[in-house]
Amino acid sequence: MSTTNWNGRWFHLRKVLERGGPLAHPDFQASNETLNFLLDNCKILVVGAGGLGCELLKNLALMGFRQIHVIDMDTIDVSNLNRQFLFRHVDVGKPKAEVAANFINERIPLANVTPYYAKIQDYDQDFYSGFHIVVCGLDSIIARRWINGMLISLLTYEEGELDPSRISCQQMYSHADHFVLTAFSFALLCGSIIPLVDGGTEGFKGNVRVILPGMNACIECTLDLFPPQINFPLCTIAHTPRLPEHCIEYARLLQWPKENPFGEEVAIDGDDPNHISWIYEKALQRANEYGILGVTYRLAQGVVKHIIPAVASTNAVVAAACALEVFKLASTCAPKLDNYMVFNDTDGIYTYTYAAERNESCVACSQIPKDLFFHENARLSEVMEHLSTTYQMKSPGVTTTDKQGRNRTLYLPNVSSIEERTRPNLKKTLKELELKDGAQLIVADVTSPNAIEFHLKLHAQMDT
Amino acid sequence: MIKLFSLKQQKKDEVPGRAGNQKKASAAQLRITKDINELNLPKTCQMEFPDPDDLLNFKLIISPDEGFYRGGKFSFSFKVGPGYPHEPPKVKCETQVYHPNIDLEGNVCLNILREDWKPVLTINSIIYGLQYLFLEPNPEDPLNKEAAEVLQTNRRLFETNVQKSMRGGYIGSVFFERCLK
Repeated sequence: MSTTNWNGRWFHLRKVLERGGPLAHPDFQASNETLNFLLDNCKILVVGAGGLGCELLKNLALMGFRQIHVIDMDTIDVSNLNRQFLFRHVDVGKPKAEVAANFINERIPLANVTPYYAKIQDYDQDFYSGFHIVVCGLDSIIARRWINGMLISLLTYEEGELDPSRISCQQMYSHADHFVLTAFSFALLCGSIIPLVDGGTEGFKGNVRVILPGMNACIECTLDLFPPQINFPLCTIAHTPRLPEHCIEYARLLQWPKENPFGEEVAIDGDDPNHISWIYEKALQRANEYGILGVTYRLAQGVVKHIIPAVASTNAVVAAACALEVFKLASTCAPKLDNYMVFNDTDGIYTYTYAAERNESCVACSQIPKDLFFHENARLSEVMEHLSTTYQMKSPGVTTTDKQGRNRTLYLPNVSSIEERTRPNLKKTLKELELKDGAQLIVADVTSPNAIEFHLKLHAQMDT
Repeated sequence: MIKLFSLKQQKKDEVPGRAGNQKKASAAQLRITKDINELNLPKTCQMEFPDPDDLLNFKLIISPDEGFYRGGKFSFSFKVGPGYPHEPPKVKCETQVYHPNIDLEGNVCLNILREDWKPVLTINSIIYGLQYLFLEPNPEDPLNKEAAEVLQTNRRLFETNVQKSMRGGYIGSVFFERCLK
């Protein structure tokens, strides 16, 4: 690993960071400390070490960020090598995060990339709260929603109200862009907002967005913007196939569960060549029956794994825009992207940026958890009573989440089979129900568009 | 500005133990809790939760009180995945039924379960959709082609076949188990 800088390595960064200018953000203060912060302190988490991840790691490390952490649960496949340039043929089968981190650390002087070969869900709030900025290069909506939910869960509120400093943040936020970064830096000072820069590509299309959890539109606010998964009507697949995809779906959805070619309860593994060959052959037979052309092994694999061809140039553009946003957020040197950029290079190059609006009733970010104060010997029925009187709920259902993150139903009045079995809980005390101080209660009721989150504040002694 | 970041840095280094490492419910879990608590079941439908803590896996029992399938009792399994409501739940019919839109493996052809699913739809929408299938079987988009053909060409025979299948018996070479209430 090289441990020295080349001469003038930061020459260009210094031009940006150590002088003001007409395009700099009004709040920006030219200083030589900014560079040191980027180099020594700023901790970035890169989620995903695939097509976007490789580009991001390279961009961020060359830009001067050093405290880079990368998490990816995947191993390298031979089909990745055309665009995931941190990987070589000998690396096939090895964890992406580790190989990518090693490559960057070897190649870029003083880079210090820490890999995690793990699922994002394997880590908790302690882990995620340790970063200044999180940048995602993911191909999964579920994973995006999870990271989004995690960063939102790190927001801190005071006694069920927005932290006073945050209220002023939001007021400023709504007034003028000039104040955005003031507000933002304020919240950073509060320490609970971790910006999320999210990149995504699909063939020749891509997008970049900057999410300040709790302040602008989050992943869940704009869930409808994701292209729906292409699903063919089952009856078309079963009786009137017209496309090669219909034949492959026939083999996958109808023939596989019927014939269980690799044993009962063996699910299709898109990475197992035997499985894909079986699907391919069945699909081909069916295609021949109906005179449909175009069923190939690759298409079969593509349909089974929902593969959308990745384009190296799109990844490069989107990752570059993400890295630039990380740099702007970390240095305040220029106004950030506000807040959603679409990119399309199918035919020429097109970009458009707009401010995606928050969804007032977003399940993830519109929730300001409310506090519920109870004595630990209070019964669940008293909590229910409180919800009906103080919050005017009609027939609230209450669940909580256990240590493993699994749902636990405390009382659900509207489904008779659950009501019967959870009714005994009403008579139990909160202590008997093993609800600890700070426990999260999810309350659903017809009177609100979403399930509402409460935090239980327990005390052992009765206050007067 | 830079000072703010360094302050934040100090904070990050020294306090990893944030207030309570309480696990949070996922957005899918929040949404399904809401869906389940607000179920508005028609009187022909019943829900069964094998595990009251697991709101993601359950059964729906439909006992139609009119139409071809009056008197029958049909069970559907629901599996709600972590992608809900971006992705629809997986629904299978567990009762063997002679029906144009349900095949013998229990696959159901209902548009909102696949191609027309939208995140604004709820579990209740699916329940109404399934109930509608029993009131108005649709021979235009069949999964069970034989049944659909009979329905289209000979309504009386279709009715007889449905009755026969619900009492338990053979339609052609396929045996249907009794599913009368």
